[in-house]
Amino acid sequence: MRYELRFSGVGGQGNMLAGMILAEAAIYFENKHASYVPTYTSQVRGGPTKADIIISDNTILYLEANSIDYFMAIHPRTYDMYKSDSKPGSIIVVDMHMVQVPDEDKKKFKVYELPIVETARNKVGNVITANIVSLGVTAKLANIISPESLFKAIERRVPPKFLDLNEKAFEIGMSLVK
Amino acid sequence: MKRAVVANGNEMVVEGAIDAGCRFFAGYPITPSSEVAEGMARKLPKLGGVFLQMEDEIASIACAIGGSLGGEKTMTASSGPGISLKQEGVGLACIAEIPLVIINAMRGGPSTGLPTRIAQSDIMQARWGTHGDHPAVALCPGSVAECYTETIRAFNIAEELRTPVYVLSDAFLAHLSTKVELPGKEELKIANRLRPTVKPEEYYPYDTRFGDIPPLADYFSGYRFHVTGLNHDKTGFPNIDPVLQESEEERLINKVLKRQEAISTYENYKLEDAQIVVVAYGSNASGAKEAVDAARESGIKVGLFRPITVWPFPSIPFQEVAASAKQIIVTEVNLGQIVYEIERIMLGGRAVTEIRNGNLIFDTRHPRSSAELSTVLQANGTPIRPNQILSQIKEVA
Amino acid sequence: MSVEYENYLRMNKFPHYWCPGCGNGVVLKAFIQAVDELGWKNNDIGMVTGIGCSSRASGYVDFNTMHTIHGRALAVATGIKMSNPSKHVVVFAGDGDASAIGGNHLIHACRRNIDITLIIINNWIYGMTGGQYSPTTPTGTIATTMPYGNADPDFDLASLTIGAGATFVARSSVADPIILKNYIKKALTHKGFSVIDAFSNCHIQWGRKNKFGDPVKLVEHIKSVTVSAAKAKKMSPEELKNLFVTGVLYEDKDKKEYTESYFDMVKRAQSQTKGGR
Repeated sequence: MRYELRFSGVGGQGNMLAGMILAEAAIYFENKHASYVPTYTSQVRGGPTKADIIISDNTILYLEANSIDYFMAIHPRTYDMYKSDSKPGSIIVVDMHMVQVPDEDKKKFKVYELPIVETARNKVGNVITANIVSLGVTAKLANIISPESLFKAIERRVPPKFLDLNEKAFEIGMSLVK
Repeated sequence: MKRAVVANGNEMVVEGAIDAGCRFFAGYPITPSSEVAEGMARKLPKLGGVFLQMEDEIASIACAIGGSLGGEKTMTASSGPGISLKQEGVGLACIAEIPLVIINAMRGGPSTGLPTRIAQSDIMQARWGTHGDHPAVALCPGSVAECYTETIRAFNIAEELRTPVYVLSDAFLAHLSTKVELPGKEELKIANRLRPTVKPEEYYPYDTRFGDIPPLADYFSGYRFHVTGLNHDKTGFPNIDPVLQESEEERLINKVLKRQEAISTYENYKLEDAQIVVVAYGSNASGAKEAVDAARESGIKVGLFRPITVWPFPSIPFQEVAASAKQIIVTEVNLGQIVYEIERIMLGGRAVTEIRNGNLIFDTRHPRSSAELSTVLQANGTPIRPNQILSQIKEVA
Repeated sequence: MSVEYENYLRMNKFPHYWCPGCGNGVVLKAFIQAVDELGWKNNDIGMVTGIGCSSRASGYVDFNTMHTIHGRALAVATGIKMSNPSKHVVVFAGDGDASAIGGNHLIHACRRNIDITLIIINNWIYGMTGGQYSPTTPTGTIATTMPYGNADPDFDLASLTIGAGATFVARSSVADPIILKNYIKKALTHKGFSVIDAFSNCHIQWGRKNKFGDPVKLVEHIKSVTVSAAKAKKMSPEELKNLFVTGVLYEDKDKKEYTESYFDMVKRAQSQTKGGR
């Protein structure tokens, strides 16, 4: 089994860290093989970024995602740039206030339009937690890594004083998926 | 005892360097190799070592050369334009026979090119980048784990051969994080340069009495000697005698060529009965393996030849593979570099084992290859996908 | 007491490479006298040079020596010093080597204030390559690449290195070898980056094109364009125009030396439990 996820957005949103946490959760807490490949540009803030995560029960030979099962886009630019590798019928999650998904895509993919950034800003109380909200959504929708493992991986990466805030973000993220 | 870690290629280069005994680094920030410098900057001070961010790339390699003469195992790291700038320093390390490791996380080019994207475009630069005739050793790790083991091997070769050694990773490998299993520290073989045992007054820095790789003393250790970038004699002083210079130039190159059986490592993957041979190296080989696996599933007799050392190219092992192949497919993330070496070996059926009195000495044990040669090349900043290689395999099957 | 020069020189490398009457030997002699007066041991001295006539100096002295590549002597020397901070490292360079191709390394060695002594043999020309103009060739004078008179403004290397952060800068010339020796001695004992701007005569490559083909006349000319700091104090800016002031032009004993700063940082790093992952 090989499962490919792609997190995309623009530099500064924390998509790369979210991808890394996902790969680490698979490796450290589910004893799976995983790889994480970041792609970015020289534009540190606002440039298009993507993180490709491959999770597998077996050794992963080819390490670039090219048949994506789960694609998340938090910015319109990266939605257009990076959706082409998504498998027909695969999951696409977008931030509903950022990305307009064309009707044809809605027929081709399982599209979820969620208020990710708005949730981070208003419900969690800090926009910087949008990537952790995304992980909560992913825990529920992708169903590839258990929420427990994902949260353990989050704990490894976030400073202790922000752990409560991130736990809140993760739980609210999961609750976005009905 | 084996160790498992999650890390990217740049981090593994750092680990490898530290475990090889590197305690001196001089570099300059550049994408995508900067994390090597950052890692060394974190680790070296804790170990009492020296980390210097110099004013430019040229200063970085020059400073690393100074540190090596000072007795340290030294390293510099860069990419693209930075490696171009370092070339005069590479030549100095070659002719003065100063051990040094140069990490090149290859990115798209020429010029500023595609700074954050993958390429394997510096293969020929690693061979011929600096001016003049010179030896070249370049290792090409194919995985994150090999970034660790090949960096250690690079230090060992640099120390044992008194020559600069490249580790050619790439933008993809540099930033790819995955779980890696490393050999236990007790399994590591760590080599150190030969230091003189003669009395200081009997010491010469290029004295071949004890073999073709002379012992190298540390500065300030009581052995006072001279080093120059000019052609020199055994004492290290300039010399333009044609007879001596011919043998010295040849010694520089032969010290690598004569050890190529040990240096030029490679991997044969599913080649036993293969009629089609894919040649791929570095991170590109992982996609090639997947393509080979997929083709095997549909009954095609195909395998992969993966040079781990690209210079000197493992010519003799490749000849053996090429002799029985019907089709050879070279794939690399550039518009054709190692393919020219492959073509040369196939057509000539010969590998250079030595240069003697101006003559290239060939290994003629193997016949010319009658295989057909084709390529899967790409230089657009993205990795070559397994299905691109697979369709070429199917095309020629 | 006279100096036993044989103790410091590789006598089998003589006769030297320089033209008859060249100022390089005067500067090298002053340097050896200074080393002798300090009682430094040959084993503890490293001399690094780049490319150019003056850079051949490293071949003549019986120290730990390296003749590197054009302009890079200071960068190599930085590596040697950092790996052996307790040893003495000296760089000899020409004006082109130090301030043109090696200009970036020069200003950053000054900025770091690393304990290296740089002796610039400043003869206003690229001598070895045949008399092309350098950054210190006087404006208006003739060089093979400025056959109609140098259009370029010239560098004042003392001002440059003081501005870049060197903590000991002195200028003298081959016309005053004893004063030159004294300044070199001060520079060698100075803790930090020290620069000697030693005006020297290249009567062959600069002099012959500019009516100073005779070395004595050229040394006289160097005297005429230099003025001691003591005399300069009494002169008006108008009078000082086109003159180079000699003397210890700058000395700062307070700025921290680089190997000390670096190894202090090492101590900080080693005392921290975090950060070195």
